[in-house]
Formats: sequence, C-alpha cells, structure tokens
Amino acid sequence: MKDWRYWVARQRGTLLAAGIFVAMFILYASRHPAGFSANVVQTAANKGVLLAFVAMAQALVVITSGIDLSVGMIFILTNCLASWIAFGSVMQTALGVAAVLLAGLACGTINGLIVIYGRLQPIVATIASGAVFFGIALALRPQPGGQVNPDLADALTGRVFGVVPASILVLLAVVLAVWVPFSRSLTGRAAYAAGSSEIAAYMSGLPIQRAKFVAYMLAGLLSAIGGLFLTFFTYTGEAAFASGNTYTLYSIAAVVLGGVSLYGGSGSAIGAIFGALAFRTIGDLLFVFDFDPLWQPLFQGMVLLLAVSLSSIGLLQVRNRLEWFG
Amino acid sequence: MTDTTPVSSRGLGRLLAAVDPAVATSFVCILGLLLVSSFYSANFLSPEYLLQQLKVASFLGIIATGMMLVILLGQIDLSVPWSVAVGGMMSCALAAHGTAGQVFAIPFGVLCGALIGAVNGVGVAYLRIPSMIVTLATNAVAQGLMVVYTGGFSPQDSASAAMRYLATGFLIRGLPNAVVVWALIGAAAVFALTRTVLGRVVYGIGNRERAAYLSGIDTRRTVMIAFAISGALGAFGGVLLAGYASKAAQSMGDAYLLPAIAAVVLGGTSILGGKGSYLGTVAGVILITLLQSILSVLQIPEFGRQIIYGAVIIAMLLLYGRGAKQRQ
Repeated sequence: MKDWRYWVARQRGTLLAAGIFVAMFILYASRHPAGFSANVVQTAANKGVLLAFVAMAQALVVITSGIDLSVGMIFILTNCLASWIAFGSVMQTALGVAAVLLAGLACGTINGLIVIYGRLQPIVATIASGAVFFGIALALRPQPGGQVNPDLADALTGRVFGVVPASILVLLAVVLAVWVPFSRSLTGRAAYAAGSSEIAAYMSGLPIQRAKFVAYMLAGLLSAIGGLFLTFFTYTGEAAFASGNTYTLYSIAAVVLGGVSLYGGSGSAIGAIFGALAFRTIGDLLFVFDFDPLWQPLFQGMVLLLAVSLSSIGLLQVRNRLEWFG
Repeated sequence: MTDTTPVSSRGLGRLLAAVDPAVATSFVCILGLLLVSSFYSANFLSPEYLLQQLKVASFLGIIATGMMLVILLGQIDLSVPWSVAVGGMMSCALAAHGTAGQVFAIPFGVLCGALIGAVNGVGVAYLRIPSMIVTLATNAVAQGLMVVYTGGFSPQDSASAAMRYLATGFLIRGLPNAVVVWALIGAAAVFALTRTVLGRVVYGIGNRERAAYLSGIDTRRTVMIAFAISGALGAFGGVLLAGYASKAAQSMGDAYLLPAIAAVVLGGTSILGGKGSYLGTVAGVILITLLQSILSVLQIPEFGRQIIYGAVIIAMLLLYGRGAKQRQ
C-alpha cells in the first residue's frame, strides 16, 4: 500500500466526520434565507466553536479510554469566573484570561489526580467533581451577570478581513498549539497506546500514567477556552446546571460523530471538532426546514442514539462471540 | 460450657467478617451525623423528624434500588433524571383521562420507565454500547419526547388520588406509606438478589460476564432485564414524587442522579460490579438524605451543598472505592 492509503485508513473517522459536516452545512446554507453569506458562516462558527472546544477536551480523555463527565461544568465554571475578571485595561484583561485558563487547568488537574492517582472510576469521579465545579460556579454567580472586555469579545467573535470568522482562527490556533504538539509527543503516543491496550503499553514501558494525567489536564484547559468563548459570546456569566449537562452530553455526541472510538485508542481531536460542527449543524437544520424548535432536543437525542448504535456495527465482524463480553 | 465459648466467639468473628467495612462505616457516619446535629438542636433526634427523613429517603431509596442493580452488573444508568420525570409526567397525564386513567396511572408511568430501561438494555446488552453512553442518549431522547409533549411548559395535570395516597398517606398509623412501599421493594430486592437465579446471575455478570456466559447463562437477557427494572423503579420513584408534590415537573429528576449513584457507592457496592449488599444501599440512602436535610436545616446555600456533596463522594470513594493497582 502507498503511504497515503495508510493515512486515509487511519484518518477514516476524521474524514467521515468532515464529510458529514460539509454535506450538512451545504444543506443548511442552501436552505437558509440569507444563503451562504459571511454572516451565516460567522454565526454558525461562533455556535459551533463553543462545542468544538468542549468536544476536543472530551476527545483527549476518550482516546485514553477514559471519560470526563465534568467538561460541561468546567465550561460553566470558567464562564462564571471570566465574567468576574476578564475585563478592564489590556493588562487586567490579559491577566484575567490567563487566570481563567489556569483555573480550567487546575480543574483538569484535580480530575487527573483523583482518577489516575486516586484510581477511581472516571464516570463517578468526574460526576462528583463536576458537582463541586458547579457548586463553585454557583457561588461565583448566584444570579446571571458580570461583564467581559467588549473589545476583545467583539474581536474574537467577529470576522477577520470581513470574511473569515475569528473564532475559527482561534480554534485553528488552539489545535496548532495544543493538539498537534500533544499528539506528536511521546505522551500523546502513550495516550493512544493506553487507550488501545493498556497492558501492552505498560509492558512497552510507555508513560501511561503521565499520558492519562496530561489528557485530563488538557481537557480542563480546553473546556476553559470554551468557557471563555461563551463569555465573549454572551457578555455574561451564568451558572446554568442544564447548560453544563447539555454540553457534556453534546461533547460525547460530537466525539462519537467525530470517529473517536469510545473504547479508546483511535480517532483524533480534529475529528471531534468536525463532529461538533456537524452536530451543531444537524441541530440547526430543523430551523431552516421550518420545524417547531420544540422538536430540537428530541431530534438531537435521536441523532446521538443513532450515532452510538451505528458505532456497534463492528460487532458483526467479531469472529469469536466471547469478544462481545470484553 | 467448655465447648460453647469457642463456638460463640467463632460465630461473632464470622459475623464481624460478614459485615462489610463500607456498610459499617456508613452506619457509623449516620450515627455520627445524628449525634453532631443533636448538639445543634435536640429536634434532630425526635421521632417525628426521623420518620419524616425516612419518608423523604424512601423516594431516593426506590430509585437507588434500580441503580444498584445496574451497578452490580458493572454498568451505570445515567438516564435516571428523565426516567423519573417521564414516570411522574406520564402517570399524571393518564390520570387526567377519567376513571380508567386514574386506575391505570401508576402502572402506565412505571411501564414508560421500563420502556426507557429496555432501550438502554438493548443498547448495552445486544449492541454492546458502553452503558454510560447509551443511557445518556436515551436520557436525551426521553427529555426531547417530554419537551415535545409538554410544549416546553410545566405540565398542568395533577396526580391521581392513589398516587397521593401512596406518597403521603398513612395505612398504618404513624408509618408513612412511602416508607412501607420502599420496605416492600427493598424486601423484594433482597430476596431477588440473594435467593433467585436472576440475582445470582447479576452478581456473576458483575464479576466476569465472560465466565457467566460460558456457564451457559443468557447474560444478555439478564442485563436487559436489569436495565428495564432500573428504568421502571426510576419511573416509580417519579410517580411517588409526583404524588408527593401532587404534580409532575420538568426537572424533577435532576436532583436524583448523583444522590442515587452516591448512595449505592457509599453503601459499599463496588462501582466495578459484582460486589455489594442491599443493606449497604439502605445505609447509603439514609446517609445521603440525612446529609441533605442537615445541610438545608443549617441553611447552607445551594452552592455549598453541591460542593460538600461532590467532596464527600470523592472522599468516600478514595477510602474504599479504589481500583486495583497496575501490576508492577
């Protein structure tokens, strides 16, 4: 086989997700009353990018065959925190943004500590830590409110050169600054190996503990970037329990659509980004086809259920029935 | 005389060995909580207060029973919030349709929950999707269905008389019906887990599904039944909650997911499955309910309660819920 065929085989999930997104977006834009204009793209990008950051966070952890059910709550917590500190002069805003990112990193570190070094089941541990994060968010913002540096917010949610949405550029920058170095490092390879076969990775002397720990840490950081963007988008902080849960749920949907295996070891954060954008676009399709918005939660739930059911198609290829039982 | 002493001491030793340290810790924590709070106010030790707590605990207890069954399999049911809400809403909805509706309100609500559970079961057992994912997805679908059904507003139907009687009435003087219902469900759960094939198979699957399968058991059917029961019990909890508040609400189940998992885990049931006793779950349910009640009596605000909740669960898990260390 030629090199590019290996590459295609490995990136199949990501390419499929990108394909679904492009198809859905063309359908969406063609039905949209304003057509394929810079405005439509900007609005869609801003909505999609919020989920894309959280989905990236989830993807990092899922690759190591873990799960982080607190990403939505870190997203909400950092949103509330940003509405307190990310404004004022240029210096104050910069410090505020840095503090918000550090807070996200700290949340991720706590998750990593209790899951990896505390050896707790990630599902229960991150639900519980999510409750703590939500409690802190509620303490910060009992009522919705606060503010954010309007210049920065407008710049990052606006357009560059009048056409390209700035949020997409930030997303690209984050991919280049976080995902690319991570996936090419020893730690990143160990994260894939740990998800694929932990015993084999351990026997090969890979630093699996560190890899998983870093995955949870970066998940916190990426959720915080998402939370920061939510603040730029809404200009306020709000400790909304339902919204945090929704983002956690949708992050899993995006990861599944993005071709990241729920058992770990395959897929990429880029796939998860396309999964997030596709999931958002599918949800918005209902609007351009003039359905009642009431149907949206049901529709998105069905898409998620269908996507996870399709992921079980590999069962048909199993030769030995015992492999069903892991 | 000479040979009775060793026998009784051996019996005592066996009894001590049979008591799970986690269950014992939970009961000690319950006593500790009551003792500490009694310094704050003597009312915490009054029979009225304790009975009231037991009544509140019974809703969580019923929901946690289903959760325990699923956790014993080594799975988890994250569809509890909307199983509860569907149970409450659907039973209230049917109760609005005349006498027949009143009669069938409770079974209908429970049946809807069982359906949600069955979908979970098919996903987990036959499609082999991780339970966490498929239950999250059915939770989203159930929520979507209810949003469409109610039009996004709080439903106006009120609970039937039977639901209210079950949740708030007194069949026996002084003993709330909800507690009796929990006791009956608990007794059935204990019987099923310790004396029936289904129960033993549940423990077997939780330990190693492969081994259970090779022993000639239809493990997939058992997993599916367990999820259906969990959904049904969640919905029944919702039916009782709707009876308690005399109507159903959109977010009535949100407050039950974490407490249900916490109660089961604090009661010493292994989150990895295969190990745990119903007595532990009872202890966990009472512990969580007391903790909630005391935090609200002390007027700790909502954010503080969330933080304490999460922290207590993590701390308890770190004490005895840890996984095995990587082989060195």
